[in-house]
Amino acid sequence: MEKLLLLGDEAIAQAAIDAGLSGIFGYPGTPSTEIIEYIQASKEAKGKNIRSSWATNEKTAMEAALGMSYAGKRAMFTCKHVGMNVAADPFMNSAITGVNGGVVYISADDPSMHSSQDEQDSRFYASWAKIPIFEPSNQQEAYDMIHEAFELSEKFRLPVMLRITTRLSHSRAGVVIRKEKREQNQIAIPENPKQFILLPVNARRQYKELLAKQDGLEQASKNSPFNKYIDGENKSLGIIACGLSYNYLMENFTQTKCSYPVLKITQYPIPTEMVNKIYQECDSILVLEEGQPLFEEKLKGFLNNGKKIMGRLDGTLTVDGELNPAKVGKALGLEVSEGLEVPSLVAPRPPKLCEGCPHADTYRALNEAMAEYTKGRVFADIGCYTLGALPPYNAINTTVDMGASITMAKGASEAGFQPAVAVIGDSTFTHSGMTGLLDCVVDNVPITIIILDNSITAMTGSQKSNATGRIESICEGIGVAKEHIRVITPLKKFHEENVNVLKEEIAYQGVSVVIPRRECLVWLNKKRKEEKQKQK
Amino acid sequence: MKIDIILCGVGGMGALSSAAIISQAALDMGLYMKQAETHGMAQRGGDVQSHLRLSDKEIASDLIPEGQCDIILSVEPMEALRYLPFLNKKEGWVITNENPFINIPNYPEKDVVLAEVKKVKNSIVFNADKIALDLGNPKGTNMVVLGAASKYLRIDIEKLENAIRSIFGRKGEEVVMANINALRAGREVADKM
Repeated sequence: MEKLLLLGDEAIAQAAIDAGLSGIFGYPGTPSTEIIEYIQASKEAKGKNIRSSWATNEKTAMEAALGMSYAGKRAMFTCKHVGMNVAADPFMNSAITGVNGGVVYISADDPSMHSSQDEQDSRFYASWAKIPIFEPSNQQEAYDMIHEAFELSEKFRLPVMLRITTRLSHSRAGVVIRKEKREQNQIAIPENPKQFILLPVNARRQYKELLAKQDGLEQASKNSPFNKYIDGENKSLGIIACGLSYNYLMENFTQTKCSYPVLKITQYPIPTEMVNKIYQECDSILVLEEGQPLFEEKLKGFLNNGKKIMGRLDGTLTVDGELNPAKVGKALGLEVSEGLEVPSLVAPRPPKLCEGCPHADTYRALNEAMAEYTKGRVFADIGCYTLGALPPYNAINTTVDMGASITMAKGASEAGFQPAVAVIGDSTFTHSGMTGLLDCVVDNVPITIIILDNSITAMTGSQKSNATGRIESICEGIGVAKEHIRVITPLKKFHEENVNVLKEEIAYQGVSVVIPRRECLVWLNKKRKEEKQKQK
Repeated sequence: MKIDIILCGVGGMGALSSAAIISQAALDMGLYMKQAETHGMAQRGGDVQSHLRLSDKEIASDLIPEGQCDIILSVEPMEALRYLPFLNKKEGWVITNENPFINIPNYPEKDVVLAEVKKVKNSIVFNADKIALDLGNPKGTNMVVLGAASKYLRIDIEKLENAIRSIFGRKGEEVVMANINALRAGREVADKM
């Protein structure tokens, strides 16, 4: 019995390799990044020729996964929760086309927003699209569920979602690995040639088929080894625990036995029969969900005229934030242990740009170039450079979603608020900035776009950027005038020069692009270390 | 046997390497373990922490419940204080290096920080940096602190040494021995107390 010490993310990746995966597609995003990184580093995956390079964004990634499935092979897609928004178009429609080779979509959610802009719960997407969800409560389940998810996907010919959250993504445990490894599928296109042609006439028929599959999916959930009804003699309360919340429940019963009936749900759709049993047998129900109250809302209903349902909606648990053992203990009315208070002298260490970071030099130059205008004109994006919002820089005014810097600056400029400046990273630019740039060129909007090129996707830990070596030619190809694509080197010794370039382009009444180019230091050090290691 | 540990410090100080060594030793001993980390944004200089749980029975939560942590093992004194809500008030230990890592303008006075750590019922506060430096291994602070904590970990020091060997083995015997020596020096400190 081989037991490996694996992060939740790594357990998913190893399972996919063992389950006959042919390709994995995704864009980096905490806490999902380690899944693809594990496959990229795996000799086994290399030997099996599993494709694993980073996609330009989540939409292109998911579509490529779907294409691989069309060709008959097993494919996986990974993203962080907000990446689901980018991939929403292929996601919803892939529930209608269904799949050929098995497809598993991994969404790693981040309740409590440890490194995110919101705490949306991806189960809503899967529930909306009417596809099954697996929600592991531990690393071993994550490993085992991937095998099951691919089987289920091919059995019902539907994509399947596996949803995890930060805690499991980034927590290690021993995982028992299967000895027998599944071979990859052979190439075989769908038997029904119309399956992937979503003309309304086909889509209507296939939507009916999707609806007709729901009973079978529910039956699969009911018979699943991952869903369990654990009886208890105290029927005053029944507990429905979804995914990771089951652990926090059980943590409160390490010394004593839980006397309440518990329904553990880690495979969806939630089986009505099991819910009905606990609802009928118990006087009230506590729903534990890591994330937003998806199931609690359904069970409670609009009028809430059934039995007492407790959870996030009635304040028994907090509506926002991730759960923990103490929150669940308090919800059960248990006495929970407390430690000491944090002494008031403890100061936070907020994240900040590294010593010597190229972005810092760019922001110093930008602040000086913008000094002659009124404030509030710099629209930024998602990346390390978002930290330019904090002192000592105070250089940016917005950060909303991937690519929004360019398009929001465009809208502001079109409102007459000129000059408007966008600040976007190299990888974010190719992810979602290029289309916005085309809009700017088509409308010939006065705007200056600063594309910070540190040659890597830095914030998520140095993943290869698809923009590297291509930025000028992309901008030129989209239609930015060559003389208004300026490359600068963000170093102290070029400060005056850089300020002047920025001033000139900001004053220009058209679309201009300034590319401050210098390698990310964290990545540079990593690269040097790796090279040293190789030489040894 | 059940032991809950929080390892903490500032990014780049090696708190997570210590976690990996204990985890490896625990796995070799056939114990159940869970180790939750904060990764977050990749910048260095932020606070890092890991919840490490070991047990001879299956472990439910990846997070240590508040008030139940047996040892806070820190390479930086203010960081040790940040996780006090998790510490078992009566029986828990705080074991920390005494030298501050100052990368913020509002870092409190060192003496005040150390006095605050010493208010905890069971604490070991010592100059692990100096011990590491004297050994000619200035990056070995984390191993010195781990060595001091080993007395309370209920894991044989030999098991930790084996784990160091398996984790650092590919970096060569010199690195392995430097870390093992730092570990042993830390243990001596705890034994003398």
